[in-house]
Amino acid sequence: MIPAAFEYVRPSTVDEALRALADGGEDAKILAGGQSLIPVMRLRLAAPSTVVDLTRVSELRGVREDGDALVIGAMTTHSDVVSDPLIAQHAPLIAQATETVADRQVRHRGTFGGALAHADPAGDLPAVALALDAEFVLAGAGGRRTVPAREFFVDYLTTALAEDEILVEVRVPKLAGQWGMHYEKFNRVAQAWSIVAVAAAVRREDGHIAEARIGLTNMGPTPLRATATEQALAGATAGADAIAGAAAHAAEGTAPSDDLNAKADYREHLARVLTRRAVTAAAGIQG
Amino acid sequence: MTQISVRVDGVTYTDEVEPRTLLVHHLRERLGKVGTVVGCDTSNCGACTVHRDGEAVKSCTVLAVQADGSEVTTIEGIAQNGSLHPMQKAFHEMHGLQCGYCTPGMIMASIDLVADNPDPSEHEVREGIEGNLCRCTGYQNIVRAVQQAAAEMRGSTPDTLGAQA
Repeated sequence: MIPAAFEYVRPSTVDEALRALADGGEDAKILAGGQSLIPVMRLRLAAPSTVVDLTRVSELRGVREDGDALVIGAMTTHSDVVSDPLIAQHAPLIAQATETVADRQVRHRGTFGGALAHADPAGDLPAVALALDAEFVLAGAGGRRTVPAREFFVDYLTTALAEDEILVEVRVPKLAGQWGMHYEKFNRVAQAWSIVAVAAAVRREDGHIAEARIGLTNMGPTPLRATATEQALAGATAGADAIAGAAAHAAEGTAPSDDLNAKADYREHLARVLTRRAVTAAAGIQG
Repeated sequence: MTQISVRVDGVTYTDEVEPRTLLVHHLRERLGKVGTVVGCDTSNCGACTVHRDGEAVKSCTVLAVQADGSEVTTIEGIAQNGSLHPMQKAFHEMHGLQCGYCTPGMIMASIDLVADNPDPSEHEVREGIEGNLCRCTGYQNIVRAVQQAAAEMRGSTPDTLGAQA
């Protein structure tokens, strides 16, 4: 199908984009890589009156270091994220999860910021951003503000972004110490969304797990932290039994949906199994 | 209407398009590049895959206006001086198609894969073309074709690959 007609605006700076968004009113929509928006426009599930295409806003593209943070421009494509040396060095979890997003063609177009702003509960990157305590920099007419990941994801497909704001970059704190990371994803067929996935970052110290951060994909309307598991892992021996015991708490406090792919109780089971696998791999021990 | 200028298979075309025009429709209906096909219309099947500035994209999920100023290569633009591209030749020789509908996209996705990974394993080929669906499920020979083409493109002879018995 063909999308409904719209006004097309292609700004080249963030300020121009903000003006275009304001001029477009409440039916204006930002187009990043388009790999989620164009399909829903084709199905006429979305019919924005104005589309503000960020493709030419070059200041939104690329990865840089800023002190203790890795800064990822919102328009950096998934394929650029996968091959970026700074991400490989400081946050390999992001590259590993991004490599599982959709397929090569989609990763060439789709963007890091677009996937996060879309906030699909089955999307892989929100749980990763949450696990890494990323911060979201939002630009609006009144200036910029920074929102922590815990506050950015508000509800199903809903973020802290106001209608007149644009996600410009994501700041990921560089982790100090001996960290291991792993993204464990379960889906049924090629290029499919996660039924459940788990993002784990684990800091080891003297044979123990000093700290674990675990993000859950598709275990509720927003990404969630497996808080009970994190608490059980803090100070635990880095061994299979302790990890299995902690992972048994992974579904606590979650609210997964029932749908054609999986019933809620099956998702809870997956969360426990995948958390055990993800933490085991991140802790660098034999499962 | 928005004016766009796109270089397609080596020729620059300047046209007025509606912003909602999908690149695949622009290619087929305005420029006559009907070698690129529409398979699913839901961004899943990859039949419409073309290269935009050297990277495989699904042309049903790119607006024509987004291709403005870029270089697009379709299945019609990869043969050189009447000789098939090694990937086309390998799909032919290894019988990497049944009904043939997915073939233009399979070939464009496979060229993109081999550009990144000149010697992909069978598993890497299957992962690398996961964005392309063959409704005939003829994947076995498609994978063989990609590996044969990869070998030819890096200048070596495959030793373990054989046509389907």
